[in-house]
Amino acid sequence: MIPALGLLAGILIGVVLQPDVPIWLQPYLPIAVIAALDAVFGAARAVLDGIFDDKVFVVSFLSNVVVAALIVYLGDQLGVGAQLSTGVIVVLGVRIFSNVAAIRRHLFSA
Amino acid sequence: MSEHREPAQPGAVQGAGAWRRLARMGSPRLTKANVLVLALAVLLGFAISTQVHQTRASGLESLRQEELVGVLDTVTQEGVRLGTELRTLERTRDRLASGADSEKEAVELARARADTLALLAGTEPATGPGVRLTITDPSGKIGATILLDAIQELRDAGAEVMQVGPVRVVASTYFTDSDGGVSVSGTSIAAPYTILAIGDPDTMASAMGIPGGVSNSVSGAGGELTITPLDRLDITAVHEPAPQRFATPEPVPTASASS
Repeated sequence: MIPALGLLAGILIGVVLQPDVPIWLQPYLPIAVIAALDAVFGAARAVLDGIFDDKVFVVSFLSNVVVAALIVYLGDQLGVGAQLSTGVIVVLGVRIFSNVAAIRRHLFSA
Repeated sequence: MSEHREPAQPGAVQGAGAWRRLARMGSPRLTKANVLVLALAVLLGFAISTQVHQTRASGLESLRQEELVGVLDTVTQEGVRLGTELRTLERTRDRLASGADSEKEAVELARARADTLALLAGTEPATGPGVRLTITDPSGKIGATILLDAIQELRDAGAEVMQVGPVRVVASTYFTDSDGGVSVSGTSIAAPYTILAIGDPDTMASAMGIPGGVSNSVSGAGGELTITPLDRLDITAVHEPAPQRFATPEPVPTASASS
């Protein structure tokens, strides 16, 4: 409940403020958002598995974001930024799907 | 995605228990974990909406180099294509404009020819410098011959448009003697005869006065010829051309003239 409210509050703040993304952040923000979503779904799964740990969640959230941004940055430096971004998105997407599947099994026993 | 069941963890829950645990974790508790999660959730929501806004509003600045090259290629090709189209349209426009010009020229040429022919055929009134000839005939000896001579002399002197009495002189005009006067193309006129001629007044006046000319003939017949040069002379009589029954114009590849 609280995290969902927080998410909603964040979205509202963004909609109201409509901030411009700084140029240097523009290539990394989409990847960072996907990575954070992955961390969130992983956390939800961990809660249901009974192994949730707040420290782990915070660290995994931040490290996911940082690592994703780092990978994209490295790819941009190597000239394969677009391909590497696609790869990161694919990997994170697969992880999100598997986490959602686990959550579904917990919540609906199916 | 694999659908097989993973080995259950020690604290794992299923079904209703899972919902309860999710609700408990999400319920307001003033713990460090909850505050952190809340902060991260707010951050995530903010990032999501910001990114969505950015994506909707993004122009070229968020594109990568390869994408920009692609966009540039597309724009260049579009420019080349539009340039080709532009040149085609310009050629078409030039062709149409020159066509309109030559058409206008042809129309003006045809109008000028029509004017000339109308004067020759006597279907339009005319104006210009000329002379007025008045021939008196007190003794009644002046007939069609002298008038015809006068017309011929005036023509030789460059008269362009002539009128005898109320009759316009054209190619088919004829003179016959009639009782008490002269018949011009079937219209009877009586002395004094008036001839109007548009042309060079001096040339025509001197042509009338040459020895053995019209002036002498008129004097010999007992009449008197008066020549009045005029700067501006209006010839208003027109000739109504009879419809041609047999002759039709031979088509020639020049601008046709109406008369």
